[in-house]
Amino acid sequence: MTDSSPRPTPSAPLKVVPARYPLRLLGAVFALFILLAIVQSVATNPRWEWAVFRQWFFNPVILEGLGRTLLLTLLGTVFGIIFGTLLALARLSKSYLLNSLAWAYIWLFRSLPLLLVLIVLYNFSYLYDNLSLGIPFTSIEFFKHPTVDLLDQFTVAVIGLSAVQSAYTAEIIRGGIVGVEQGQHEAAAALGLPGYRRTFRIILPQALRAIIPTGFNEVIGLAKGTSIVYVLAMPDLFYTVQVLYNRSQQVIPMLMVATVWYLVITTVLSVLQYYVERYFSRGATRQVAPTPLQRLRLWRTAKP
Amino acid sequence: MSEAFDLYVTRPGQAAPEAVAPPRTRTQTAGRIEISNLSKSFGLHKALNDVSLTIEPGTVTVILGPSGSGKSTLLRTINHLERVDEGFIQIDGDYVGYRRKGDKLYELKEKAILKQRIHCGYVFQNFNLFPHMTVLDNIIEAPIVHGLLNRKQAIERAYELLDTVGLREKANAWPRHLSGGQQQRIAIARALALNPKVMLFDEPTSALDPELVGEVLDVIKKLAESGVTLVVVTHEIGFARQVADRVVFMVDGAVVETGSASQVLDNPRHQRTRRFLEKVL
Repeated sequence: MTDSSPRPTPSAPLKVVPARYPLRLLGAVFALFILLAIVQSVATNPRWEWAVFRQWFFNPVILEGLGRTLLLTLLGTVFGIIFGTLLALARLSKSYLLNSLAWAYIWLFRSLPLLLVLIVLYNFSYLYDNLSLGIPFTSIEFFKHPTVDLLDQFTVAVIGLSAVQSAYTAEIIRGGIVGVEQGQHEAAAALGLPGYRRTFRIILPQALRAIIPTGFNEVIGLAKGTSIVYVLAMPDLFYTVQVLYNRSQQVIPMLMVATVWYLVITTVLSVLQYYVERYFSRGATRQVAPTPLQRLRLWRTAKP
Repeated sequence: MSEAFDLYVTRPGQAAPEAVAPPRTRTQTAGRIEISNLSKSFGLHKALNDVSLTIEPGTVTVILGPSGSGKSTLLRTINHLERVDEGFIQIDGDYVGYRRKGDKLYELKEKAILKQRIHCGYVFQNFNLFPHMTVLDNIIEAPIVHGLLNRKQAIERAYELLDTVGLREKANAWPRHLSGGQQQRIAIARALALNPKVMLFDEPTSALDPELVGEVLDVIKKLAESGVTLVVVTHEIGFARQVADRVVFMVDGAVVETGSASQVLDNPRHQRTRRFLEKVL
């Protein structure tokens, strides 16, 4: 571009006119319209029965169900991560047998619907009367117990959720590890760092940057996925709500109780994800952006 | 061999040691590298073809050659980042990657190989600093993990090394916030933190902007005076002329010519060397 106009003299500063975007304004008006329509319909339609919602939202029965949902999510996540990490490392190991075994496990549990896994596990006593641990093809046994006693609803739910979760988590973790630059492995090797140190101090912390967003997807998916334990008649948040509205026929307000609680869980997890991602982006980005809270504080101190 | 580095008190800056350093002294020793009949293939491609080379302790050897001539592969084998197919390498008489008993070579286990690597500092073309750790953490990681120094000593030593490379004020910076030249200088400090007998540089300035090359070469020159054995793969002919005690020219996985810098660079005997120098000079 050439500019034929004379150069401005430094004594007369040029005025900056910000660019205007009329379509953006139109979009904002449209968004506001949608928002108002939603608020109006939710607030004024009496069939939402918000009084019932208020009555049940903090009811101990609901909270107990919520607690069970949270516990299942927590245990599924913790076992999923522990077992998933081991599976991912096995998948990356040079041992052919270990590698194939991990592959087969992941193949199996990614193939089966969670529902099916839970029901099969629940009926495990039909296959084996007793669960025992010993050395194959010998009579040596360390432990033996009737299956029915061992696999109650809760145990089945935890085992089933963890088993499936770990298969998915393993692939996410493996993806993160593979994504770390080869030079990092080499630099760690060149410094003579031992294997565990290379994995847990050098490679995994870097892999976590790629793992966390998809990892949180999995956790959030699990939090909602736990509702499937209703097939075991386990009173988690969703099943509790179901039982209650079948009795009272107040279907929508009770479903709203579950909806809002699931929203709360996901919101908390999303905020957590934001801060965890921030932590692991140290050193990776040129400048870490301030959190919304920090921005609010900056804004308030900037005001006179 | 494992006791050779309980010697953290010394640092670069002292006179070059005698030609053949006694293996277990309490001063920093330079390593003698002996490469015998080394061959290495990647599939059908022969990356190294019967390479033999002796590198005297405390000297600076610059390896030149067109790309794909096996320079980097040779360097990587010295640190056992790459396994060899035939031949062997000795540093101060110890076989790299093997233990000799009678006339048999036993392959070392992972752990022992890691121990061996302590004696060999390696500087990469792409720096490979750990981006999630501060500069200081990068430097103190290895000496602490190997139990050579406690945390306090390691930090003290790290600051000494940062002074050597002129970056004391960057101790708490993140690697990615530094320029390429600064990152490479930190990488050199990190390698030096293990007090190696041998320092290997794999094209240390190839990833740098031209105006940053000088600062890295200056640090390497400083090291050359300190008495550590240096092996540098580079394309900087000027650097070779200034610093190298010996220049090795490689083509197609084989050593074509070796000699002093003036010998190889000014009066090359081989036509292949001459053609290469015509292109780069």
